[in-house]
Amino acid sequence: MDLIKPGFGLVFWTVVTFIILLILLRKFAWKPILGAVSEREEGIKEALASAENARKEMENLKADNERILQEARTERESMLKEAREIKEKTIARAETEAQERANKIIEKAQAAIESEKKAAMAELKNHVADLSIEIAEKVVRAELSNKDRQLGLVEDMLDETKLN
Amino acid sequence: MTLSTFKRLLFTILCLSVYSFGFASDAKASEKDGEFNAKDMIMHHVKDAYGMHILTLNEGKADEKHITIPLPVILYTDNGFTTFMSSEFHHDYHGEVVVEKNGNRFVNVHEKIYQLNDGETQVQLDEEGHPTNASVPLDISVTRNVFMMWVSVIVLLLLFFSAARRYKKSENNVPSGVASFVEPLIVFVRDEIAKPMIGEHKYKKYMPYLLTVFFFIWLNNIFGLIPILNGANLSGNIAFTMVLAIFTFIITTVSGNKNYWKHIFWMPGVPVPMKIFLMPIEIIGIFTKPISLMIRLFANITAGHIIILALMSLIFIFKSVAVAPVSVAFALFIGIIEIVVTAIQAYIFTVLSALYFGMATEEAHH
Repeated sequence: MDLIKPGFGLVFWTVVTFIILLILLRKFAWKPILGAVSEREEGIKEALASAENARKEMENLKADNERILQEARTERESMLKEAREIKEKTIARAETEAQERANKIIEKAQAAIESEKKAAMAELKNHVADLSIEIAEKVVRAELSNKDRQLGLVEDMLDETKLN
Repeated sequence: MTLSTFKRLLFTILCLSVYSFGFASDAKASEKDGEFNAKDMIMHHVKDAYGMHILTLNEGKADEKHITIPLPVILYTDNGFTTFMSSEFHHDYHGEVVVEKNGNRFVNVHEKIYQLNDGETQVQLDEEGHPTNASVPLDISVTRNVFMMWVSVIVLLLLFFSAARRYKKSENNVPSGVASFVEPLIVFVRDEIAKPMIGEHKYKKYMPYLLTVFFFIWLNNIFGLIPILNGANLSGNIAFTMVLAIFTFIITTVSGNKNYWKHIFWMPGVPVPMKIFLMPIEIIGIFTKPISLMIRLFANITAGHIIILALMSLIFIFKSVAVAPVSVAFALFIGIIEIVVTAIQAYIFTVLSALYFGMATEEAHH
């Protein structure tokens, strides 16, 4: 058989064999293998994408948590501040109320004292007037009987008054 | 132990270690006429044969024995199909043994079967060794190359079917066993050859062909290097490379789109005289591409075989054992290069096929 002249027999068998080989491998080997490989590659791609998504979601969640925490913190602070304010206000109001009440009591007491004083003064005045009238009566009466006696009476009266 | 038997023993060991059992017997067979003929030996080794010769026992003695796998000879003559086993020639390829079947006489002259003309009983050879009184019948024998091709087909089918089964068994398409061995190769053909050469969108259609060609060529290249398979030189046979090149040519031509044919017959973007000038060149190019594929694979593989055999023949040409270490060293060196070449040539054939498919399906971008 010549080196560079293709022999018919080998050409014939190569054509037949190659076509059969191609058909068999295509159907039973390349299709399942390539299918499996690309399926797996798709799977890996999807898995990576979903992992990326999960990571992003995690980040979002984390950010959310951080935000919520921050909000809670500020809320707590504001609540504390408010509470402090309320406390201070309450204390202040209580103080002013107490002050007011005390003032009122004092005022009332003062007014009562004043009125008592006035009443006492009035009574004293009445008493003094009564005494004066009594003295005057006695003086007038003594004067009417004996001049000396009348004088002495006045003196006595005055002494008495002093004693009173 | 005489010196000559010692020499022969040493030589046989060297042959075993580097090339093949059969080589020694081929060399001896070529020595029958007295003088060693390196060209005959090499040509017998590189070309096809009707039987798978494994080795020769008791060489050159009365009880010489050849161990050969006989293969069927299938001939089509005027009397219809004629079939007999190659062993009927009794390892003769000098036209001495005449096989008579179906009323026709056949001889094997240098591993080519001739049908003797009617009435002739003995083949007549001219000075160049060509028969003068015989014709060549239509020969579709299962030769050693056809036999090795079928062996390679069985290996490929077993390998890839079992790989495909591995994927079916696994739940999440994870390769295991033989699948994890072939998957990188398949992915290599897809990602490094098909995708860049043809394009992301169209490569899928050509994958079965490219994969089959790649592994078919590679495996047969490797078979050619296995010593015990003795001269399985399928991918170094021009008939084989021609068929594969024709397949590539047919697929390229069939899948050629408008843009492809426009580039051949009326090259866009150049002046009219240039268009006319380029047309015949491009038309020739359609055919030179597959022809280059055919010759490249054939020449590379055959050249590798010839170099190794020629280096070993130096021992016989110089008739000195002293040459053996040099021959062995060089043959080993070439042998290692040949191992690389098996993969490179399969890769090149596949890449160029893919490139041609890519050119045929490329969309206009001007």
